Parts: sequence; C-alpha cells; structure tokens
Amino acid sequence: MTTARIDKRFADLKAEGRGAFVAYVMAGDPDLATATKILAGLPAAGADLIELGFPFSDPMAEGPPIQRAAQRALAKGMTLKGVLDMVRVFRKTDQTTPIILMGYTNPLVTWGYEAFARDAGEAGVDGIIVVDTPPEEAEGLADALDAAQVSLIRLATPTSDDARLATIVRRTSGFVYYVSVAGVTGVKAANAEQVAPHVERVRKASGLPVAVGFGIRTPEMAAAIARVADAAVVGSALVDEIAEAVEMNEDVTERVLLKVSSLAKAVRGARVGQKATV
Amino acid sequence: MSSKTGALPNDYAAFPDANGRFGDFGGRYVPETLMPLVHELDAAYRAAKADPAFKTELDSFLTHYVGRPSPLYFAERLTAHFGGAKIYLKREELNHTGSHKINNCMGQILLAMRMGKTRIIAETGAGQHGVATATVCARFGLPCVVYMGAVDVERQKPNVFRMNLLGAEVRAVTSGSATLKDAMNEALRDWVTNVEDTYYLIGTAAGMHPYPEMVRDFQSVIGREVREQIMAMEGRLPDAVVACIGGGSNAIGIFHPFLADEGVKLIGVEAAGQGMETGRHAAAINGGRPGVLHGNMTYLIQDREGQIEEAHSISAGLDYPGVGPEHSWLHDVGRATYLTATDLESLDAFKLCAELEGILPAIESAHALARLGDVARDIGKDGIVVLNLSGRGDKDVATVAAHLGMEI
Repeated sequence: MTTARIDKRFADLKAEGRGAFVAYVMAGDPDLATATKILAGLPAAGADLIELGFPFSDPMAEGPPIQRAAQRALAKGMTLKGVLDMVRVFRKTDQTTPIILMGYTNPLVTWGYEAFARDAGEAGVDGIIVVDTPPEEAEGLADALDAAQVSLIRLATPTSDDARLATIVRRTSGFVYYVSVAGVTGVKAANAEQVAPHVERVRKASGLPVAVGFGIRTPEMAAAIARVADAAVVGSALVDEIAEAVEMNEDVTERVLLKVSSLAKAVRGARVGQKATV
Repeated sequence: MSSKTGALPNDYAAFPDANGRFGDFGGRYVPETLMPLVHELDAAYRAAKADPAFKTELDSFLTHYVGRPSPLYFAERLTAHFGGAKIYLKREELNHTGSHKINNCMGQILLAMRMGKTRIIAETGAGQHGVATATVCARFGLPCVVYMGAVDVERQKPNVFRMNLLGAEVRAVTSGSATLKDAMNEALRDWVTNVEDTYYLIGTAAGMHPYPEMVRDFQSVIGREVREQIMAMEGRLPDAVVACIGGGSNAIGIFHPFLADEGVKLIGVEAAGQGMETGRHAAAINGGRPGVLHGNMTYLIQDREGQIEEAHSISAGLDYPGVGPEHSWLHDVGRATYLTATDLESLDAFKLCAELEGILPAIESAHALARLGDVARDIGKDGIVVLNLSGRGDKDVATVAAHLGMEI
C-alpha cells in the first residue's frame, strides 16, 4: 500500500528524534532529463520526502519562482503523464522515499479523478496536494484517492481557526501541510516562533505529523522550523537555484542538490541536544 | 465532462445552491488560505441582501450617482436597416463611467465597507471595471489597487490614465500571457497575501462563489428595468434579449430577470476573434470545455492537458478564456443560446451603430450588435428584441482606427 511509505518515514524519523526535510521541485524543470536526474539525486542529498510539482498555466497561489518554474516546464512540453513517468523511473531505484504531487485542479479534472488516482498510485505516488481544491470541493477527488490508496494531503493556514481545522483534517492522511504565512509561495519569510503554536493546534486536530512550508529559504530557517514541526518544506529556494544555474550555464543538478544537502544537514542537526517534541 | 443536471429546473432563479453550484458549474476552488474569507464574504452578502437599509442605500447611489434607470431606446434606424423585429437598446453606456460595470462596483463597495474592509483590489481587462472600481473607491475614500495585464495597459492607455486620475494604483501584470486572466491571478495572489484588510472587488459574474451570484444580483437591475420599461412602451415582454459575453456580467444582468419567461429568448454573443476555425478566439462556450479556473468550474479555453490557453479578441473586455458559471449552466440546460461574432464583424457593427444611431458602442457591445440583424430577422417584423448596449466606445477609437488603417 503506497500510503504506508509516508507513515513509515515519519515513524522512523520520530524514532531518530529528528524532523524531516522535504524538498519541492517542479517536474520537468528545467527540462525532463535534468528534472529526472535531480529527482533521482534528492534522497542521497538528504531529502526525506519529496514534493513534486506538476505544472499548471495559472498557479494562483505561487510566487514568481514557482510560476516561472511551471512556465519553463510547460515550455519544454511537460505533461501530467510525463510527471507520472518521472515517478515510475524514480521508483525503480527508490522504494522508500515518499513522493507527494503538488499542483492545481484543472489538469486532474482533464485526466479524470478516478483514472488519475489509479494511475498515480500505480506509478508510485504516495500523496497529492491540490492547492485549489478545498474540502468543500474535494469529495469526488477524495473518493478516487481513497480507492487508489493515495493520501490527500491538506493545507492548513494562518486563517484556519479551530472550526475550520476540523473541516480541513477530515479525509486527510499522511501529514498536514501548514502554510506558514498568509501569502503565495516564496515571498514572505516564515517565523518559527509564530508558527509553533499553530503546528501544535494542527497536530492536535489531525493526530498527524505537520509539515511547514511557504517562506523557508535558508538552512537556519529550515532548522528553526524543524525544531517545532515534524517537517520543513523548501521549494522556491530550490527552484531559484535551478533558474540561476540555467542562467549562469552551470551544472543544474549539482547546484540544486548541493543546496538540498546544506538544508538537509541543518534540519538533521536541528534537534541535537534537544528532547524530541513529538 | 458532460452535464449531470439532466432535467430542467422548475425555477432557474433558485440557483446557485448553497455550495455555489449551477448544476455542475461554479463552486469554490480556491486555496485554503482564502476559504475562511470566502465564507465570511458569503455570510456578509446574505446579511446585506436581507437588510432593507442596504438596498435603500444602494438604490439611492444608483439613482443619484450612477444615473439609473438607464433609458430603453427604440432604435428606429437599426430596426429599418435590418428589416426584422423592433430593436430596443438598453443604454448602459450612459451610466456614470460609461458602462454597466459601475452597477456591480457600487454594490460591492457598499458591502466592503459594511464588512469593515479598508483596501480594495480589482482586476481589469479593457479597463472599464478598473475605472468603475477606481471611481467608487475615490467616492468613498478607499485606497485602490487595480491589476491589469501589461498587454492591456498598452492597448488601453486612456483608461489607465483615468484610473490614475481617480487615485488608483494600476499594477501592470507581466506574468503568464499578461492579459485579463493573469491580472486575475495576480489579484488573487494579492488577496491571499493581504487577508486582513483587503476586499477583492471582482468585475464579472465569474470566480468563486459567492461572486457569480453577487455580481449577477447587482447587475440584474438592468433586466428588471428592461421589464418595466418594455411593458410601459410595448405592453409586453420582448421576444429576445441579446448581450455580449466575456465573463458575462452584462449578459447575466439583463438575462436573469427573464429566466422564468420561457417565451423570451436569451442570446449571448461570444468573441470569435479571428474566427473560430483559426483557434484564435475568446469563445469559451463555443470553443472550450468544462474545467476549473479562478475558483469555479466552467467552460474554458484549454489544451488537451488542461492548461489554460490564451484568449484572442479585438476587445480587451472579452479577452478571457473562461465564462461565468451560470452561463455554462444556461447553455447546458438550453435556456440560453450562445452565438459568436468575429473581430471584423464587430468592427462593422461598431461603424453601423455609429452611423445609423449616433452611438459609439464599446467594441465589446459591438459583438452583440454584430448578431443583432440575424436575431431581428429570425424573430420577424412583429417581434421585439432588446440589446444590452453595455458600454460606450470612446475608449476603443484608437483600436478601431488602427484596424481601419488610420492614424488619429
């Protein structure tokens, strides 16, 4: 069962007494071959879980870095089928690192929820975050994902009060993604102190691990978040590395994996000497 | 996706349902950060709708500031020219700011103030909604940011200047295709970032619930007036009502009060751009299929993968790859008919209306005028057709001149 990979990963890390580092990259950015190499290299560089963006033309919750990543991927002909093919290739060499797809509703509507959930599960996808499908619109998608045993990962945000949290955590599994700031990806900066009580609230409401993302750019910030949450997600900062490496004509894979290593190292060292908070 | 609505509803006006659905269409497909705000807006709108004081205040501003009711005018020379049904023009272009857009802006700004919001954002295509928003913001002293695609900023310079004169900040959007859909993305990004104080004043009957319903309600003043006016002038309802469709706010405003009158044909006209066969058009219903964009399930111009494609129209106001969800539903259940008009047909209609009636129509409204002859002849001599002249064309003279190969 595919969802088991997420649960096992968080259970193992809890036993180790450390938080997870989650790396976000956009499938097909800057091109399919490079993105496939990056994906394959992420676990060894220290990514405990992987969020794999699937591109959409109109990503309304993304800041400029991920908007441009989606445009680069689409310009190179990336498709949702191509995204699942990337996951299939990845699974040939890695059976343990969870992969969470992240993107927008319309490509899924186009594929059809049931067919997509089945194909994604078969490809080795463990969970999916659909940014513009809130619980109110998620019943059909949730049914399809349940049948395929793929987790529907939900977003909780600074605007989610306790009543809203109860709605959000219904039909979710794997973990909950706490959006650290009201805003788009990669613009405002996350603040671990402000985030901590919200993480606790979300944990209590969901009984699930809580990953924090949006606005984590540096190893220091990632470490601070990993002290208060179960996972720290970095996306825009990695995508920026890809963009800059392309522009400077550098080795894209090497540069982005180097950044992943420094972030992962900081997360791994974050709780040394600190008692496990979970 | 095919419609599951099947049977015709007993009461068209009973939609949307509590989840913001018109059959399969509509809904609230927004990021979680915005969901509490969308629910808050819905509750505030229900409360305002039920409050007689809100209606009194709105009606007063519509009368004394906007200049309502707008005339219903018998277009004698167009009628003679087409040789079919009697043609009436609903003169929305005579409203303050020159289009129907102000009806909705006045309603929403009063709602925003009731909600205690202190900052207004909006998207605009042609700039008509941006100007109307900047106008009400000036009137009530609220700061205003208008997002406008960089391409539209370039082709609608006079409206950018008007917005600046009214004190609004116009932010040119360069992301994506730099047109209306991208302006809407950017406005949503602003809203998701400024959740505490900001009210997003959407200009068309699209987006997430409750906007399609709310904008329709505020624009329905058009159709309610037409009913009264045509009863006074002709003693009966019209045989057909015609309007152009981008997002579809002027059309739903004039259609909605006639939904229950099955004898009144409702005809929308989408922008066929350079021709439906070229693929360079903005006709979501005629050339698209259902999908999810900007918070709602509706007909969209998109590729096989579900990526949204650029719309193409001479009219910046119709240059949008989607359409309001209620139109998608009225199309699927067959209550309304959606035709198309090309850029060139609309330019011809623009000139015809100017020469025969002394009225420069907005190039958006000219799309409806372009199908008017067909409709009037189809209805026949004893019939009555009402066309919503939703905006005035002064803003379009440079575009029209360029297409005629002239410099002004």
